[in-house]
Amino acid sequence: MNPRWWLIPLTLAVALMLAMVPLPDAAAPFWPDWVTLVALYWAMALPQRFGLTLAWIAGILLDVSQGALLGQNALGAVIVVAFALRYHQRLRVAPIAQQALIVTVLLLLKQALVLWTSGLAGRAPQTPWLFFAAPLTALVFWPLLYVVLRDLRRRYQVA
Amino acid sequence: MQPLFQQGTGPLLRTLFFVLLSATLMVADQRFNQLEQVRGFLSGAIAPLRYAVDLPARFLGWSSDQVRSREELIERVNALERENLRLRARQLKFETIRSENERLRTLLDSTSERDERVLVAELLSVALDPYRQQVVVNQGERNGVYAGQPLIDAYGVMGQIINTGPFTATALLISDPNHALPVQINRNGLRTIAEGTGEPDRLELRYIPNNADVRVGDRVVSSGLGGRFPPNYPVATVVEVERRPGEPFARVIAAPQAHLDRSREVLLVWPDGAERGDIAANGDAPAADADGTASPTRGKP
Repeated sequence: MNPRWWLIPLTLAVALMLAMVPLPDAAAPFWPDWVTLVALYWAMALPQRFGLTLAWIAGILLDVSQGALLGQNALGAVIVVAFALRYHQRLRVAPIAQQALIVTVLLLLKQALVLWTSGLAGRAPQTPWLFFAAPLTALVFWPLLYVVLRDLRRRYQVA
Repeated sequence: MQPLFQQGTGPLLRTLFFVLLSATLMVADQRFNQLEQVRGFLSGAIAPLRYAVDLPARFLGWSSDQVRSREELIERVNALERENLRLRARQLKFETIRSENERLRTLLDSTSERDERVLVAELLSVALDPYRQQVVVNQGERNGVYAGQPLIDAYGVMGQIINTGPFTATALLISDPNHALPVQINRNGLRTIAEGTGEPDRLELRYIPNNADVRVGDRVVSSGLGGRFPPNYPVATVVEVERRPGEPFARVIAAPQAHLDRSREVLLVWPDGAERGDIAANGDAPAADADGTASPTRGKP
């Protein structure tokens, strides 16, 4: 067992805190989904360490922290992480811009799933189009997050 | 740790398992409300993160208190003393009216009103689902908070607790589209329902006939009919009345009295008779809170 495995839960906890940072109403819809972004990074970088179970737990904690229906974010996170796990070898070698594009598409898919389940539960938001703003800002944040997490992973030799 | 799946299990099967698990959870949560305890437990697990996110805001407040000038503080204390004097004078009058009311009630052989117990709580500044109107307060089950409990601020009704963790509780504000509150117009006792619209400064009063006596500026108070909110707390002021000849009901918009988007200190109310045993069990000493901000107050009997 690698002794540095704790970096993964630690980054997820930090992502969860970032998701809880209070923002003005105008900026809140543009705040990227940090938990899913970090989950996607670990699924891509260390598929043998980060599996669906952790992705699901992270999703459930995100649900609890946001007061969403239990399972909404978990469902979305599991599906996009499954995709990242399946294609991790191709994702890893892709140029960073291309990665950002794929991540954005995955996050759009996740938001669509969350929107769909909200609709089924009768909690559809008033402004559904704003739901798709957050994945688009992830396009900008992904390269930053990628570099930070990669350096952390190399520094602490998580493998 | 024993892995949940053998190496042989295909990734597709595993994904399917978690998808089904999530779907089951969602149905259980939405249809049967079976997961309150699970949610409470997990909410307790992430409570440290919530408090950590709230720290910078708390620190900013603390440091602005530290650098405030002496004159400013003196001025504030003076203002508060004047305010206190004014409120005390009003309280004196109130006490007389109250004893008179009690006397009249005994004459009429009706039950007298008792005081509600309240607990001061603070909002944690953490973001929730931006599409729902919710807040998190720093009191939880440890202090006797329960789901369905009314939440008010110094100006009016704010909302109700929808789920509780050991140290925190989540409240749904009256402005959430899923929230409805039985109210009455203070002037004439006309009963209606105040529904949230998703905007913090607008409530819609439903099922008011076109010919009903409602005017802009009317005060709306809780009617206590739902059994959840104590009666006669201010809720909103009517700001817009549109009588629509083609429709059975008028469109009436009211602005909430409570400062839904500004208050940081809020009050949790134990309505008269609710959870009596619970109050006895918790006693009058839930002040042993971790951060010492809790201070239960009981009105003079």
